[in-house]
Amino acid sequence: MCIAIPGKVLSLEGNKAKVDFSGNTVTVNTGLVDPRPGQYVLVHAGCAIEVMEKEKAEELLDIFADLEELR
Amino acid sequence: MWHMVQKQKGVKGEGRMKITMAHGGGGKDSADLMKNIFGKHFGNEILDKMEDAALVDPSLFCNTKKEGMGKIACSTDSFVVTPLEFPGGDIGKLCVCGTLNDLLMMGAQPLYITCGFIMEEGLETDLLERIVLSMAETAKEAGVKIIAGDTKVIEGSGGLYINTTGIGHVPSGREIGAANCKKGDKILLSGTLGEHHSCILSARMEIENGIRSDCAFLSDVANALLDADINVRTMRDVTRGGLATVLNEIAESSSCEMVIREKDIPLSAEVKGLTDILGLDPMYMANEGKMIAVIPEKEAERALASVKKTAHGKEAVIIGEVSESLPGSAADTAARVTLITPLGGTRVLDMLYGEGLPRIC
Amino acid sequence: MDTAAVIENLKNYDGPELKLMEVCGTHTASIFKSGIRSMISPAIKLISGPGCPVCVTPAAYIDKCAGYAMKKDHILLTFGDMMKVPGTDGSLSDLKGRGASAELMYSPFEAVERAAAHPETMFVVAAVGFETTAPAYALAIEDAKVRGIKNLKFVTALKTVIPALSLICENQPDIDGFICPGHVSVIIGIRPYERLAAKYKKPFVIAGFEAEHILAVIYDIVRQTKKGEARAKNLYGNAVREQGNIKALDIIKKHFEEGPAMWRGLGIIDRSGLYLKNEGYFDGGSRGLDADIKLPGECRCKDVIVGRINPDECPMFSKGCRPDAPWGPCMVSGEGACGIWYRNRKA
Repeated sequence: MCIAIPGKVLSLEGNKAKVDFSGNTVTVNTGLVDPRPGQYVLVHAGCAIEVMEKEKAEELLDIFADLEELR
Repeated sequence: MWHMVQKQKGVKGEGRMKITMAHGGGGKDSADLMKNIFGKHFGNEILDKMEDAALVDPSLFCNTKKEGMGKIACSTDSFVVTPLEFPGGDIGKLCVCGTLNDLLMMGAQPLYITCGFIMEEGLETDLLERIVLSMAETAKEAGVKIIAGDTKVIEGSGGLYINTTGIGHVPSGREIGAANCKKGDKILLSGTLGEHHSCILSARMEIENGIRSDCAFLSDVANALLDADINVRTMRDVTRGGLATVLNEIAESSSCEMVIREKDIPLSAEVKGLTDILGLDPMYMANEGKMIAVIPEKEAERALASVKKTAHGKEAVIIGEVSESLPGSAADTAARVTLITPLGGTRVLDMLYGEGLPRIC
Repeated sequence: MDTAAVIENLKNYDGPELKLMEVCGTHTASIFKSGIRSMISPAIKLISGPGCPVCVTPAAYIDKCAGYAMKKDHILLTFGDMMKVPGTDGSLSDLKGRGASAELMYSPFEAVERAAAHPETMFVVAAVGFETTAPAYALAIEDAKVRGIKNLKFVTALKTVIPALSLICENQPDIDGFICPGHVSVIIGIRPYERLAAKYKKPFVIAGFEAEHILAVIYDIVRQTKKGEARAKNLYGNAVREQGNIKALDIIKKHFEEGPAMWRGLGIIDRSGLYLKNEGYFDGGSRGLDADIKLPGECRCKDVIVGRINPDECPMFSKGCRPDAPWGPCMVSGEGACGIWYRNRKA
């Protein structure tokens, strides 16, 4: 029920961060997370809700690699 | 009283000069405004006559003895965008390009344009002049004369609304229209989606990015098709409602179905990023410098090659085709446009319902 | 396995009919956008659940928000989704044409900034959402407190997912598996689903929002049902930690208390609402609001929203009830089950 997308932390200042989404810079509240510049955070409604560990492409590869055969 | 007199005299030094109700009065202030801003930038031999109506001589643009009269194309549009200036353009450039593009899409050569200005009290005259200059430059580049206009002043807080009417000429024998499409025809899109809409939203929501409005006059693209003798079925610029709405309108007029491929639709990374943040669908977002053309199958490759040589069609691509012609006219509720998704699934691309607001959920 | 192999497998599935519920409105939207239904066997039925906060908002809440929007020196701030939900006398969008001051916001922090910039106006936030959004409202309130901002109110209609999921499990035993909401799970973690899986013996798998995420989860649930398994799994480990986001859970506990909540079309569900504790920013919210517009007798939204019937089995579908003139929650949001089925209709 919630759109959230990953963006890259550019800089931190107090409880806010400047986060980049493919060239769009948005100021985001970081009260729920502890990111470092360069890390990706998942952002919902102006709030970073989690730090993402991997790049999306890598993540999807890992998910599929773990799926067992159906038959 | 003193303050009003000061405003009427247009004394600089007390802050910026602004439009007041007096400018709409029809008296000296109106005349001064006309002369110092509109007349100064729009002047041409027709407008300068300052008559109640402009007179144009048809022999200037069609030779009835040689080719037949052809048709007069006329289109009107009103522009209410805010902010008035934005990266890539302003309301002035927008209204000239928008109306002239509408004429182009019918295969018309744009010739003349009129403009009506509704100005709110408090509009800065410097800003107004920048916009008027922008219109004059855009019209000049397009080879079009501004031949009639009107100004009104209303109460408010500095807003500006512009109505433009464009007049053009469609040469005899050219029949371009939305009802022409046939099974097998290819659909050509001139470039990336969503720039104008994204630019305006970014300005309003204070999201920093480099997205510029793609506001442009598309004569190079349209002429690349018409001058190459391509039998264009129909052309449409992709404005409010987006690509999905335009395709649905054409499909309905032509009683046909269309299939387009999402992976072929060009989208810049920045616009995609913005649509992700705001939960918007680029298929429903407005452009102001992109168009589609429906081309007979056999001529599609040649059409694409021709368009790709132009400045505004460099990123043109064939995005799909007309898949079925329906007998007579199908029921209103028929789903006409199907999108093939990147993984090979399908979804129906309906018209835009409602406003297309940013989503959170 | 790779994506193509998974799609191939799901397309060729020829086992018994399976009903999978995707709980979350954003999943419904992703599934629609990527055309997943067209890629998998028709024997795998995807049902849209009630996880669309727009869809399940009762009319009485809209009326309350509208009341504020019509008040002098008040501006109502809301997410775009809420503008079109019908109240008793029209949606917020309709009421704008009659003088209501209702404006879009992208985040609750915007509301704080606007309140700070315009102390003469009372800003009222239509605070809707699930566990994903609740912490953002809480942080916004903390920010407002620190800055001494008083011209700000939150009218909450926040809901929690697990009580609704439990209700569905109790009443809909024929659902074979659940695609669990990825971003709610970022906050609550996997434990609640483990309890549900153990109690109701069905697979509960957390999915992200790319088409590939959802396909992988559908595949996993199909595989689990084939093997008679009923496990809770996290296939969105990049974002969802086992324990959820502890800071978020703490801040929710700090500022909110649980209570019963009215879900349009479902009725009142105990402990499924989050209400702000009284700290000066709270306005009743939807606590005690159980009035809804009288839905016409033929409206079967309450069956659609739990997957008992398909949208096109409702007698009002596309006749009295369409996206431009919606009645029940499912048609209200463009991505509610009925809205999506409507858009996929053929001649």
